[in-house]
Amino acid sequence: MDYSIRICGEAGQGIQTVGDTLSRVFARNGYHVFTHQDYESRIRGGHNFYQVRIADRPLTAACDRIDILIAFDVESMEKDALFVAEQGQIIYDSTVLKQKPDGRKFLDIPFTSLAIEHGGSRIMANTVATGAILGLLGMDMDILFKIISDTFQKKGDDVIKANVAAAAAGYDFAVKGCASCSFSAAARAEQKMLIAGIDAIGVGALASGCKFYAAYPMTPSTGIMNYLAGKSQEFGIIVEQAEDEIAAINMALGASFGGVRAMTASSGGGFALMVEGLSLAAMTETPIVIGLGQRPGPATGFPTRTEQAELQFALYTAHGEFPRIIFAPGDPEQALYLTNKAFDLSEKYQVPAFVIFDQYLADTQWTYAGLDLNRLVYTDYRLRADSLSGLSEYKRHAYTETGVSPLAVPGQSRHIVVTDSDEHDEDGHLVEDAETRKKMVEKRLLRKMPLIQKEIAPPMLYGAADAEIVLVGWGSTYGVIKEAVDELSGKQSVAMLHFSEIFPFPGTDGFDFLGLLRNAKKTICIEQNAMGQFARLVRAETGFEFSAAINRYDGRPFTVENLLGELHGHIG
Amino acid sequence: MATLDDYKGQTPAWCPGCGNFSILRTFKEALVELGLEPHQFTIVSGIGQAAKFPHYLKCNTFNGLHGRSLPVATGLRLANHEMLVFAVAGDGDCYGEGGNHLMHAMRKNVNVKLFVHDNQVYGLTKGQASPTTHEGTVTKNMPFGVFSEQLNPMALAVALDCSFVARSFSGDPEHLRSIVREAVAHKGFCLVDILQPCVSFNKLNTHEWYRQRVYHIEPEYDPADRVKAFERSLEWGDRIPIGVIYRNSRLSLEERIPMIHERPLVKQSHDIAKLCDILKEFY
Repeated sequence: MDYSIRICGEAGQGIQTVGDTLSRVFARNGYHVFTHQDYESRIRGGHNFYQVRIADRPLTAACDRIDILIAFDVESMEKDALFVAEQGQIIYDSTVLKQKPDGRKFLDIPFTSLAIEHGGSRIMANTVATGAILGLLGMDMDILFKIISDTFQKKGDDVIKANVAAAAAGYDFAVKGCASCSFSAAARAEQKMLIAGIDAIGVGALASGCKFYAAYPMTPSTGIMNYLAGKSQEFGIIVEQAEDEIAAINMALGASFGGVRAMTASSGGGFALMVEGLSLAAMTETPIVIGLGQRPGPATGFPTRTEQAELQFALYTAHGEFPRIIFAPGDPEQALYLTNKAFDLSEKYQVPAFVIFDQYLADTQWTYAGLDLNRLVYTDYRLRADSLSGLSEYKRHAYTETGVSPLAVPGQSRHIVVTDSDEHDEDGHLVEDAETRKKMVEKRLLRKMPLIQKEIAPPMLYGAADAEIVLVGWGSTYGVIKEAVDELSGKQSVAMLHFSEIFPFPGTDGFDFLGLLRNAKKTICIEQNAMGQFARLVRAETGFEFSAAINRYDGRPFTVENLLGELHGHIG
Repeated sequence: MATLDDYKGQTPAWCPGCGNFSILRTFKEALVELGLEPHQFTIVSGIGQAAKFPHYLKCNTFNGLHGRSLPVATGLRLANHEMLVFAVAGDGDCYGEGGNHLMHAMRKNVNVKLFVHDNQVYGLTKGQASPTTHEGTVTKNMPFGVFSEQLNPMALAVALDCSFVARSFSGDPEHLRSIVREAVAHKGFCLVDILQPCVSFNKLNTHEWYRQRVYHIEPEYDPADRVKAFERSLEWGDRIPIGVIYRNSRLSLEERIPMIHERPLVKQSHDIAKLCDILKEFY
């Protein structure tokens, strides 16, 4: 069983509400759920969808096929209806759409009039539609009723009752109206958690002891700020909306210098403004975690769509030479753990660490049996009152074997903490001499780099190590490549190599992934960009050249069907 | 108690006769008078001759980027509002490159004490016009003279309801010392504009030029009156007032943030166990 439900219409019609509610109902019913969204950069109108895929086996990607389509606008009937499967169903309200197409696939449900009749208000048309979907699937209503009562708790019993009645009306209408539908979805044993990539990054930051977050709102990074702001009171975290991205990164650096873990995030255009601050972090060796939510550029590009074209930007941006850490999680689970690892390594080595993601990963929701917070690490690497008071002298930028100098919190002892964006001596005071410069470059860059590289995990292999065809991806293409491997593995010798820890580029000591690639007959690098930025990085770091590339750069994510189609062109 | 010797830093690399020397000495004296120890405060600065200031005394220092001292100072204050935070900048650094940050620091009313060494010229890059350079002044890169109107930082600050707005003069150490003390005592964002001759590049606003014009604001002046303060802030020319031009008692940013009412962020521990229920909302 694997159903895909698309809720489609204009912004402001409640697509998100219906989608969110349905996906929660399915997850609580124990189904594996995968959701993704497609929306325009506008508040009202346009053409948008929210797609929910449910199955009795793990799901990791979006698909094109639609089993049930809720069409809230005329455009949905014209465009999205084309993707509806042979046995699929399109539900719509002919009084709103002013049309009534013929055919078995179409089921006219008067969302609005049922809402007024049973709920008392036309706003509840969405609740009617939600109920109707559950009716088509023959699913129990109890979980929906519980969600309704939780959602409207503050609005009182009358509102809850009206919504329950509206949902039930939609449910009954669908059951009666679609006697020939073949869907069935009985409740499964254990409820699952449903989490989006952007929230997972937020949870990761919170769990890592992030106490200060400064940012300027920019899609698709804003969700981190919203999540953390919602938790600020409970967990003692300050979320500061800065006047611009330049201020955001500098504020985060000020807070980090002051002794707390700090983060900022933005997308390409906003991150462009932070670049000066990035090199400041490097020169002053101030720990910072930077979330970089890629979206199609250049300039403001496609504000609400997806692309993986900021890898080179994250890798090479900012002036001078310094170490940086770059993680690109493939799913919300990795987003949680890699955000945690970014905080840990950033502070351990006093270097900037990136968590790069994209609109697709930010918005997609995945289900898990649970996520284990015990796997998270937390070590406070800073020198605070007790450890400082025993020191006879303190130098912020002291030369050490590892290149890592003691990181003291100012004000907690009589020692003073001095740092500078100019080249400086061990004390942190600005200097001009050649010898100090040389030693500082060795300390900051050359000594730290090999140590940081040892912390980087190798790519994940999915499939056999001797596969003839190896599909390679990084970041958010993880799920769709995995499903493609599942789909092809009966017929082909195929495996996936997925990179989520990207820089410093992983070594081959523990896992000879380069040997694996060299032994394969065909290696295909799959990226959501036009230039093959990751393939270039691999070539630069290892000299290895992929035999083929699949690139998508229309601002839309790879879907299972679309990737398989591309793959057939390469491997038959 | 700290003495002047405890504040001895690196040897300044300023030009002989620079107004910065007087500001440095006076600032140290004020610190000693206030009974502050070098580890009890942090000076944040950006880029420019003034921004080198913290290296020339002994204290916690974050010497960052051109124009960016205020965001760093804001982050630092929010992380640790028990730390006294000064920002030191030049007129180019603060009113030019960092103009946007100044505006928002005043709006936010973060409790940072900003001292602007205002010599009305760019010294570090050798003599270009700054936002406070007089209109019409000819420079190497402005052969037709400065076209832009001279920025009035005092009027700007009063207009933005900045919590503490004062002007002093490097040639009047006693006055500057009292202003430093008042700024430290004030709760909220403080802008102190310090008139300072640049002996190398500013041939107009010389020591003598300032000395002929600067006058002390009379003791009976009430800095709480914003309209009067605006009037006073517009005085520039034959007579230039120094002293506290405007003062209000707005709540500071730190006071508005409930999470740090009991103790600063930096003193709050992190406990992963407290987070065990954090994933519940995703079910």
